Amino acid sequence: MSLRRPAKNQPENFEFNSSSLDAANKIVSKYPDGKQQSAVMALLYIAQRQHANWIPLAAMKYIAKFLDMPYIKVYEVATFYTMYNLSPVGKHFIQVCTTTPCMIRGASKLVEACKEKISENECELSSDKSCSWMEVECLGACVNAPMMQINDDYYEDLDKDKTLKILDQILKGETPKPGSYRGRINNEPENNRKTLMDYKNA
Amino acid sequence: MLKDQDRIFKNLYNDMGSDVASSQKRGDWVNTKEITDKGRDWIINEIKDSQLRGRGGAGFPTGLKWSFAPKEVGSRPHYLVINGDESEPGTCKDRDILRFEPHKLIEGCLITSYAVQAHVCYIYIRGEYFVEGQKLQTAIDEAYEKKLLGKNAAGTGWDLDIYIHYGAGAYICGEETALLESIEGKKGQPRLKPPFPALIGLYGCPTIINNVETIAVVPTILRKGGKWFASLGREKNTGTKIFCISGNVNTPCNVEEEMNIPLKELIEVHAGGVIGGWDNLQAVIPGGSSMPLIPKEKCETLTMDFDSLMAEKSGLGTAGIVVINKDQDIIKCMARIARFYKHESCGQCTPCREGSGWMWRMLERMTKGDATKDEVDMLGDVTNQIAGHTICAFGEGSSWPVQGLLRHFKKEIEKRNNLDPIVQKKNNIPYLVDQHLLDKKNA
Repeated sequence: MSLRRPAKNQPENFEFNSSSLDAANKIVSKYPDGKQQSAVMALLYIAQRQHANWIPLAAMKYIAKFLDMPYIKVYEVATFYTMYNLSPVGKHFIQVCTTTPCMIRGASKLVEACKEKISENECELSSDKSCSWMEVECLGACVNAPMMQINDDYYEDLDKDKTLKILDQILKGETPKPGSYRGRINNEPENNRKTLMDYKNA
Repeated sequence: MLKDQDRIFKNLYNDMGSDVASSQKRGDWVNTKEITDKGRDWIINEIKDSQLRGRGGAGFPTGLKWSFAPKEVGSRPHYLVINGDESEPGTCKDRDILRFEPHKLIEGCLITSYAVQAHVCYIYIRGEYFVEGQKLQTAIDEAYEKKLLGKNAAGTGWDLDIYIHYGAGAYICGEETALLESIEGKKGQPRLKPPFPALIGLYGCPTIINNVETIAVVPTILRKGGKWFASLGREKNTGTKIFCISGNVNTPCNVEEEMNIPLKELIEVHAGGVIGGWDNLQAVIPGGSSMPLIPKEKCETLTMDFDSLMAEKSGLGTAGIVVINKDQDIIKCMARIARFYKHESCGQCTPCREGSGWMWRMLERMTKGDATKDEVDMLGDVTNQIAGHTICAFGEGSSWPVQGLLRHFKKEIEKRNNLDPIVQKKNNIPYLVDQHLLDKKNA
């Protein structure tokens, strides 16, 4: 299990803005009547997007009221799942996969790059408070190892230099192009494709 | 090598686009009505004949699973749930299906929903695959627009709604009952079975849960016939499978191949060989991180299917092959996997919650050579205390890789960790933990 604690400094109030409210109502309608509790995970995501990439306790209380469920149940869900950030992570949240398939292809170099560019320790905001990084477990892009995720996008087939360049762009406020950084197409074997050749040339 | 016309996922590398029109060119949505017109029993029998086994890891026969759904819909509606919570280290096949072959999945959902009489289908996608989920949502929206979903979907007379539910970074939600808990808006902690989800599942209603790949191959099987699928591979291990080859190979890739293909062929032909040559191979994890590793000697002749790997005391699992060459420290690799399981344990059962951390800490010390001789056996003992003593299969999943390491690389661990125990036992009283206190010298 992973130990997760809410941040010390919490805002007093939280409310969905109108676009979040629309999205939330749409999600609640996906589930059968009386089962609106199912929407709690999606609503926590909406709160996280609205509130600078992290979920304050006030948002959990708001969602509990919104879905007519006990606050502790929302708190349980928010602390159980690791993708809900319980403290500020910055506008750009960098997650480096370091599980075995990435590790044996050099994920530690990516971690070094993050330490150089962002902050010495993981889960620590950079000096301009715009981003932070952490080591995470398998992100499910093992054939593109080593890789990292920045907010929603995957950056694949990396090495230290490429990671440094991506992080530079992020720190400058640009959005680097997601996908493979060795120029390969999706998950095909690089320069070694032997299947479905008719379609490739079509 | 499998012939291209026998491949199910023709757009695995996205050469053709994933919208409805290009999917139709590949044969999706062409005669969905003709298939459903043949009736539920025909569909389930055809899947039984094809001997399709679940692609999510356990390899349970799919046709049999479907036949567990109640024949008549009672007061409770039926649900179909698709498991796309792909989190097993080494596995990334569902990601490509979600983004490049979404219509195979959606059509599979429609046919399966018809067969098990469900009107609502939830597709559970891991939260990290947000972009892939958006692509699937686009495909679903397009399907609604073209009347392939919704009321009288694709002209079959069956009503179906598909909704996506995102996970949030919990590996355990790939376990089917934890996944149901998660959809219900709770912590993802597995339920005790029985009752099985086919009778009491989502919201207490009959629910069929299948992996993304399992459902995505269904339409093709029904078009080409169960016999065609059963002609590939070998008895009880039929059909094709997407293999993900990662780790120390020259060209890591996803590739669809026939079941029972030799492991060496997969690595040498598709993945461009082991980095440093075949002789530099140390071990292979054949089916995602929870399957015990297999040392090089056995990799020469090994074929990849459920039963032949079972015979090697490993398993096909999700067919995520992680190749580890001799440049890597095998104990460190397994220590990292143990850390993964320590992080992902849901905390419900004590043996798993405490034991997974215990295994990780011991392996970390063994990596550094800080463990004593007798701890090697103690580690084996800890794995046996976990496996089989938990509600779900996570206990086995976390202890098997460590058992595999002990089975094949025990000498390596012992060579590195030859410290003598600090406290020597003189009397052996098994129930007394502090027995060394009885020895006057040590007291």
